[in-house]
Amino acid sequence: MDKQKSVQELDEVVVRFSGDSGDGMQLTGTLFADASALFGNDVSTFPDYPSEIRAPQGTIGGVSGFQVHFGSQKVNTPGDYCDVLVAMNPAALKVNAKWVKRGGMIIVDADHFNEKGYQRAGYKTFDAVAELNLQDYKVIFAPITSLTKESLKDSGLDNKSIIRSKNMFALGVVYHIFGRPLNFTEKFFEKKFAKKPEVIEANKKVLRDGYNYASNIQAIASTYKVMQASTLPKGKYRNINGNTATAWGLMAAAEKAGLPLFCGSYPITPATDILIELAKRKDLGVKTLQAEDEIAGICTAIGASYAGNFAVTTTSGPGLSLKSESLGLAVMTELPLVIVDVQRGGPSTGLPTKTEQSDLMQALWGRNGEAPMVVIAASTPSNCFDFAFMAGKIAMEHMTPVLLLTDGYIANGSEPWRIPSMKDYPDIKPPIVPKGTEGYMPYARDEKRLARGWAFPGKKGIAHRVGGLEKDFLKGTVSHDPINHQRMVDIRAAKVQRVQEFIPEQQVIGDAEGDLLVIGWGGTYGHLYDAVQEMRAKGKKVSLCHFNYINPMPKNVADIFSRFRKRVVCELNMGQFANHLRMNYQQFNYLQYNKVQGLPFTVVELVEKFNQILEGK
Amino acid sequence: MNYTPQDFKSDQEVRWCPGCGNHAILNAVLKALPEVSKQLKYNLERYVFVSGIGCSSRFPYYVNTFGFHGIHGRATAIATGVKVANPNLSVWLVTGDGDALAIGGNHLIHAVRRNIDINILLFNNQIYGLTKGQYSPTSPLGAITKTSPFGTVEHPFRPGELVIGAQGKFFARSLDVDVKLTAEVMLEAAKHDGTSVVVILQNCVIFNDGAYNYITDREYRDDRVIVLRHGEKMIFGKNRDKGLILSGLSLKVVTIGQGGFTMDDILVHDAYNPNPGIHMMLANMEYPDFPVALGVIRNVKDSTYDDNVRDQVLEVMKTAKIKSVDDLLNSGDTWEV
Repeated sequence: MDKQKSVQELDEVVVRFSGDSGDGMQLTGTLFADASALFGNDVSTFPDYPSEIRAPQGTIGGVSGFQVHFGSQKVNTPGDYCDVLVAMNPAALKVNAKWVKRGGMIIVDADHFNEKGYQRAGYKTFDAVAELNLQDYKVIFAPITSLTKESLKDSGLDNKSIIRSKNMFALGVVYHIFGRPLNFTEKFFEKKFAKKPEVIEANKKVLRDGYNYASNIQAIASTYKVMQASTLPKGKYRNINGNTATAWGLMAAAEKAGLPLFCGSYPITPATDILIELAKRKDLGVKTLQAEDEIAGICTAIGASYAGNFAVTTTSGPGLSLKSESLGLAVMTELPLVIVDVQRGGPSTGLPTKTEQSDLMQALWGRNGEAPMVVIAASTPSNCFDFAFMAGKIAMEHMTPVLLLTDGYIANGSEPWRIPSMKDYPDIKPPIVPKGTEGYMPYARDEKRLARGWAFPGKKGIAHRVGGLEKDFLKGTVSHDPINHQRMVDIRAAKVQRVQEFIPEQQVIGDAEGDLLVIGWGGTYGHLYDAVQEMRAKGKKVSLCHFNYINPMPKNVADIFSRFRKRVVCELNMGQFANHLRMNYQQFNYLQYNKVQGLPFTVVELVEKFNQILEGK
Repeated sequence: MNYTPQDFKSDQEVRWCPGCGNHAILNAVLKALPEVSKQLKYNLERYVFVSGIGCSSRFPYYVNTFGFHGIHGRATAIATGVKVANPNLSVWLVTGDGDALAIGGNHLIHAVRRNIDINILLFNNQIYGLTKGQYSPTSPLGAITKTSPFGTVEHPFRPGELVIGAQGKFFARSLDVDVKLTAEVMLEAAKHDGTSVVVILQNCVIFNDGAYNYITDREYRDDRVIVLRHGEKMIFGKNRDKGLILSGLSLKVVTIGQGGFTMDDILVHDAYNPNPGIHMMLANMEYPDFPVALGVIRNVKDSTYDDNVRDQVLEVMKTAKIKSVDDLLNSGDTWEV
């Protein structure tokens, strides 16, 4: 191909695709991420899109973005700022220009940078470069729409379909810049449009034409190479996002327990994809019930759990609010249940498509009465699998509802994942009551876990009644006795606390003592990790303590906290975990770093904050 | 499967008010269950009684089967989960007019629409009893209660109309005082595959005493109710001389032998007719213009939700390539490092 162009080798690159919400940017970004992963890079992605399906064309409100970070080393975040921005219209450029590294490359669709395009996006002038101060950037005006039309004029496709293919032209351009092979994406076309050969050919052609266009124009003076990641552990890999990993982890728990999986759920952004994934899996016997509302979602799950299925319900913040009363019923009846809350920006409807960690207090306390519940949080897209599995294991073995927190960022973000083998996962042995058990007492408990037995209807000799009224300590019949109520409140709390004996000790990344302990939980792991590593590389005495087990917490927390001069709790809310720690470990002082902008942390802002703390500012 | 009513009686003390209609309904259930067990070959452990909140919802504690006393309005959803999880169970739901039609209205219509195979016993006393006397969604317009001291200003639901409107396939009605009829329709409900709704007109002796005296009183009961049985003429009255005919598009009460009407003119009850038109009219009949219809008003076959769920899973599993989570994890695009 183009021999004059120089090839530079880079360790890592961040590319951001942006356009109208109908421009197919999510697909374009996903294809680029998949191609990079299949090529052998480590990858992290960040879809960032509006809640409108199709906002008015060309406006700021309708801009949809997808960021891909790939590298030859371990990649922990989707990257703060991008090296290359693709902007399909002036609105996309206006929204995203601030996320491009100084001097970075910006590829825009010149066909939309006309009077109408500028006006719709609310520019004051007709010169985006000057107005947005992009003089120091390599801005390439490529007529993507007209070249796509030219490329496909003989394809036989209608005009609308041709214009819709412009995202593949843009993808071809980016593939050339980073020397990506086209075959993974071509294979995708063959599978996706198996019944429409003309669409396969059209997509392949426009992708290649975009690739060739980039190799021919002088504006793209050099191309880049990002080597395969050699530091990743050996093994078989696949790409996975958090919601799929969650769905599969729940299925893994059902398989290990030898029970059918039942999911009662109501569609809600950004949790719906878990229900969608489970609905596909009838091949593994999964039963999904799309309920009439959030309350029916959890109540069908509670009924299914009573009848002996491993039952789950999936939701996001507003849905969790609706489920509150039913959570209390699950606590009272002491039935296994996993509730997945994929957190989004709140309060109320809030920011449905944006990430936040502000449901923590609701997860811990959002019920009437003394209603303690196990709460755990996943921290990366792929470990959603492990924590969904663990949520199931704890729920079934300890006979308790377990609330699993993820968030929009890890739920939609994806990364390569070394495929585990189910034989490496622990057994799940729920305390199932055998039929004909002599003297069966519904609320008798095992000493180790304080869990009651799980007695399925249909089994002879163990008929019993459960319900939301306070239970007799052993028989489970209704009891209004004052002392009995105290005992039951105590034992339910003790049962949840007992889970502490069955979870791993808290780990510290970095030295076990130092000047500053960075504390986080859930989906902020990647950013906190990178920030801490960056500071450690500069000799700073900073370590990271990142939590997955929120209630109960691991045993060794106070010991860890005591070995640092300062502690800062970083979270995407106004301090909910910090207050949880203040309540549980009152002997320590906690600094806070909080952000509620619907966006993940950036590593840059974290490092700046940590330096300020170390300097005593 | 030879059981007696005693086998289904739990050891719990029944705590409804003396004179409450629920006692009679409990007796009807205890009478029906041995017969259901015999005819359908069900063991005792196959029964699950689910309930919500309200006086009626204490019911599961009083039957010696598996039971789940849920939360207000949600019994329908809980029962749905039980049945989908294990379709072999015989699932019974006990609820009231507040539980099923106010706070639980949404779940009720969706259960009916899905046609999940559960039996819903809806005790309708037209009042909130457990909270001591507020009006319910079935209290008649103008009813004076603690929360409507000047009379209600809202129109009540007619449960039969609601159920049939939600594409209900089985609807029956009985009186608490008629234990024999109640047990009879319960048996029919149990035999019906799909959502069976049985409304039992029940007297709240404390907060709405005598609400149904106009039809339960022995003196005029026969003249004011009609017991419908599939395939039989729609006849009622002490002297069995009154009947229903179709006049234009409406039902009409006639006296046989008067006005030229003979037995041949009287309608024959067809509970199996999929067309809900006549069933809706029968369910909506109100005294004094009409007798109140009792018995099985509608009983139509259709596929059930729980069967459909199970069949779809089995169908997909038959030809599935993915047979374990390991298969799934290794499916699709993968690569070696």
